[in-house]
Amino acid sequence: MKTIFSLFLLFSTVAFSPIIDDKGYAIGDVATDFKLENIDGNFVSLSDFKQAKGFIVVFTCNTCPYAVAYEDRIEALNKEYAPKGYPVIAIMPNNVQSKPGDSMTAMQKRAKEKGFTFPYLIDADQSIYPQYGATKTPHVYILESTDKGPVVQYIGAIDDNYKDAALVKTKYVQNAVDALLEGVTFETHKTKAIGCSIKI
Amino acid sequence: MKYLVLLLIFLNLSCKSDKKAPVILEVHDFAGVAPYLELEGSKTYVVNFWATWCAPCVKELPHFETLQANYKDSVEVILVSLDFPHQYETKLKPFIKKYQLKSKVVVLDDPDMNSWIPKVNPQWDGAIPVTLIYNKSKRMFYSRTFTYQELETELKTF
Repeated sequence: MKTIFSLFLLFSTVAFSPIIDDKGYAIGDVATDFKLENIDGNFVSLSDFKQAKGFIVVFTCNTCPYAVAYEDRIEALNKEYAPKGYPVIAIMPNNVQSKPGDSMTAMQKRAKEKGFTFPYLIDADQSIYPQYGATKTPHVYILESTDKGPVVQYIGAIDDNYKDAALVKTKYVQNAVDALLEGVTFETHKTKAIGCSIKI
Repeated sequence: MKYLVLLLIFLNLSCKSDKKAPVILEVHDFAGVAPYLELEGSKTYVVNFWATWCAPCVKELPHFETLQANYKDSVEVILVSLDFPHQYETKLKPFIKKYQLKSKVVVLDDPDMNSWIPKVNPQWDGAIPVTLIYNKSKRMFYSRTFTYQELETELKTF
């Protein structure tokens, strides 16, 4: 009983911490680079992309129904924006002990089935997502390459309709990246959406 | 004989209210759910946002049921489900039936999440579970999970 209770205490302390709003990046912060393993076995860092004007970093996974609902749209974003200088970098943040369906093998399988063309990295020691302040999947961070480093320009959802891509009215991520590419200001830097909390 | 008939009727009725009754879902967009966040009765209202696909939500759900049972007269628990419409029949209804949920279940189906999440609470980033507890004099929002003890302790501050 004692063990269960202390386990619960441990679980609750870690489970609550990332949900606090004031952790992680605000718009305008310089984001950390990382070196995370990709599904092809290589390690990927933002600094590998010398020509990138910025990045669409998506914390996502195999097992969350919202993440699954957005898979095709994430792939479409990479197809459209990687050639323009804004590649998608997907990062799987879940603890694979609690979500075996998000293991590296499962990620490789899913990427193959769906034909992902973007890097699908694993935050294996769960050290990167808390620095960004990601709390759920999918959770998007748009970074703009600057002299200071990658600056956070947008945090939130991909668009305003998870259910049906055809019914989307506002494409938050596309609007933001289009504005960044044109060098014009844009209004919506933060949005909120329901997602699956990142498994610790 | 008369008693037997009565007994049969009674058994029949109790079955109906039990396992054989179809689960009827109350599905709303946010405008339809909003009134449940502003009820003005004399009770304390405990509104939990959950979904059958959310493991920590399912884990704490029995505590809300117990709270409702233990504080029948002073508390109303409302379980706002964020399940996907295509899983109402395959996941949500069977779940409600299996666990014989006694608390009121309201289903929220409104894809424009950025428009309504801040209206529930500005601090909410969209991860679930979250719980809102309110009455006429106090209102609190919790981005966390609860044990029964914790839930009851929190309720007692109202």
